[in-house]
Amino acid sequence: MARITAGVGVSHVPAIGVAMDTGLTDEPYWQPVFAGFEKSRAWIRENKPDVVFLVYNDHCTAFSAAMIPTFALGCAAEFKPADEGWGPRPVPVVKGHQKLASHIAQSVILDEFDLTIMNEMEVDHGLTVPLSIMFGQPKAWPCLVIPLCVNVVQYPAPTGNRCYNLGKAVRRAVDSYEEDLNVVIFGTGGMSHQLQYKRAGLINPEWDKRFLDLLTEDPVKGSQIPHVEYMREAGSEGIEMVMWHVMRGALDADVTEVHRHYHVPASNTAVGHIILENKGNGAKV
Amino acid sequence: MTAKKDYDDIPGTYVFDADMSRKGYHLNMFCTSLRQATGREAFKADESGYLDKYPMSAAQKRAVQDRDWNEMLRLGGNIYYTSKLAACDGINFQQLAAMMTGSTQEDYRDMMLKGGRPIEGNRYKSEWEGE
Repeated sequence: MARITAGVGVSHVPAIGVAMDTGLTDEPYWQPVFAGFEKSRAWIRENKPDVVFLVYNDHCTAFSAAMIPTFALGCAAEFKPADEGWGPRPVPVVKGHQKLASHIAQSVILDEFDLTIMNEMEVDHGLTVPLSIMFGQPKAWPCLVIPLCVNVVQYPAPTGNRCYNLGKAVRRAVDSYEEDLNVVIFGTGGMSHQLQYKRAGLINPEWDKRFLDLLTEDPVKGSQIPHVEYMREAGSEGIEMVMWHVMRGALDADVTEVHRHYHVPASNTAVGHIILENKGNGAKV
Repeated sequence: MTAKKDYDDIPGTYVFDADMSRKGYHLNMFCTSLRQATGREAFKADESGYLDKYPMSAAQKRAVQDRDWNEMLRLGGNIYYTSKLAACDGINFQQLAAMMTGSTQEDYRDMMLKGGRPIEGNRYKSEWEGE
């Protein structure tokens, strides 16, 4: 049977991708950011996923203002890295697991989460930067990827509670899939950051730390944080953190925190990262 | 009628909600068109001719031509869209943020290296009064 064994929370700051693509990772500015990912790369080599279920937001790339799905699941055979205005990132094409993706779509829709199904979709830095962070710069990504896009651009994003419960539905879907697969779920975005207007550059490390603590220890409480608190305390773009609750919802109530990394700054943003393992190694709940 | 919103008192912030999205729709669709190289080249070749293809307000077109980044946000632009225009000009997110805050590039980068803009004093509009 397929099983979700672990969750990864990680920022998807575009400048991290640029630093890797242009060979700047040993620069003093970037060195502390990447030092915190060394353990993560060793961990994912040891716990190699067959499939990564990757929760991220599209940044007006696959979706323009013309169409804004709250949740959109990538069911295509492959997803090309998009030109976001600076030319596409020089990273491999992302390959999907079509059968598992459509199984998840069917299962969560019957579970009353009305997803949009994407049979063609380009992917932006929100998806490719987390892969680069965890896998480095391989010629081909070492696993298949199922993308789940969450709208966090136009207010309101789905609530933390909705995201958490969607994670639970994704878990039920994976648990009921017959192929023997190791699935790792990524929640991406954040941590505190504001990219716009006069309050740009806002960083709130105490709030971020509390968010990470809640994620590990009291995820239900974390999932109840209201939108206005993210926007006020963690910056207007800090609302991206609702996506981490999808990841957390798909894990067991009790998890082992095997790694945490936090660093300020990367561009305008606080970089946060956590790896949580299911204590039961993903046995059916 | 304008309903009170619980995020209205956050200082220095435009929340891109449905009201802003309606206002900025054509501006944001113009910005989206710059995502592709063909759009960027056509815009660079003839800015005002290109802008005329989009039914934006005169004020929105002026803000684009003046690269008045904050005015674009006020008129319904969203940062993820306006950043496509910035990219077309070769400006990255951090450079854009410095411009929107009225800081120099050096001072902004320095602020970020020192831990960013602190939350203390930056939660409520009332804390910004008198500035």
